[in-house]
Amino acid sequence: MKCRKCGGKAAVNMRQHKLALCKEHYLEWLPEQTERFIQKYQMFTHDEKVLVAVSGGKDSLALWDILVRLGYQADGLYIGLGITSLSDSPMVAGYSAESYRLAQKFADERRLTLHVVEVEQTYGYPIPSLAEMTNRGKGRPCSVCGLVKRHEMNRIARDLGYAVLATGHNLDDEAAVLLSNTLTWAGECLLRQGPVLPESPGLARKVKPLCRFYEREMTAYALLRGIEYIYQECPYAVGSTTTYNKELLNRLESQRPGAKLNFYLRFLQARQEGLLGKIDGERRETLQPCPQCGQPTSAPGLCSFCRLFARTKNKEVS
Amino acid sequence: MPVKLILREKEFQTKPGMTLLSALEKCGILPESVIATRQGELILEDEILQEGDVVYLVAVISGGGSV
Repeated sequence: MKCRKCGGKAAVNMRQHKLALCKEHYLEWLPEQTERFIQKYQMFTHDEKVLVAVSGGKDSLALWDILVRLGYQADGLYIGLGITSLSDSPMVAGYSAESYRLAQKFADERRLTLHVVEVEQTYGYPIPSLAEMTNRGKGRPCSVCGLVKRHEMNRIARDLGYAVLATGHNLDDEAAVLLSNTLTWAGECLLRQGPVLPESPGLARKVKPLCRFYEREMTAYALLRGIEYIYQECPYAVGSTTTYNKELLNRLESQRPGAKLNFYLRFLQARQEGLLGKIDGERRETLQPCPQCGQPTSAPGLCSFCRLFARTKNKEVS
Repeated sequence: MPVKLILREKEFQTKPGMTLLSALEKCGILPESVIATRQGELILEDEILQEGDVVYLVAVISGGGSV
């Protein structure tokens, strides 16, 4: 297969775009497209400070790399979750330890600023222990993990004066969540899903600049750029619904190239046209500050994050 | 000599002379779910696999760790 731009040997083939590119042209094309999406969805400008949530995985490190290449003011935030490998092998490093090492290495090699929050040092417990202490995540801490990460990302963005919080969600991530929410007709969740979640008092703007790239494309970018990322999957994600949905969508994609992209883009169009109801930005007026941490919450009283720690303290007392 | 395809800890073997796409299908691997590399270079589905080739397959699906 040949590169459409130069006729050289192609390294990446994107069947949904009928486009094959060589290494050099692919590494130009992907940041150009990212810039296009940043502008199309009005994510942020070159004057704004962007905080990139980095996990040590391919998507978040690639996003940071792209934003820096595009000349944005992008710093990183790593949240240490305290997840060890479930394997007994001493050869397998703890998942969080290894992901932190790779995120820090990436930052050091490029002289970038990486902010680090260790959940255990800040709140007393790593994520798996927190999950065990609450009904929210016994045996599967993903729900507690997501809650803590969202809270901490927003807290750090607010405290350090970042206007924008960028995450490395790719199209496969978005399509898998969309499929899950569609199968359960989770209307509120569908309305919140999009490339941009606008800022509101106490909440930073959240953006997903990679939301139109397939996961396969992001893997190719990371490999071709020589970005060292954590290849090991989070031990708690094995067998998750998201992974299952991604596999389902990939089966569909292999028979119908472009199916994933169409599914997501047609959803965005329907959402934008109001077919699903009022979108989230118009609904923020119902939020109020949590009396403890000050972050906005939809219910009266403590937010979910503070309620989680209140329950943890009750467990300690009992 | 057969062609080796390595995905995480698993090793598959196929005959040389077939395309990467055919080899993946023969091994029951969804092409959409992997990136193939040979001698450090990315190769595409139409690549004809040669005798003794060792192809490393990089799984593209990640889950849970991303923020």
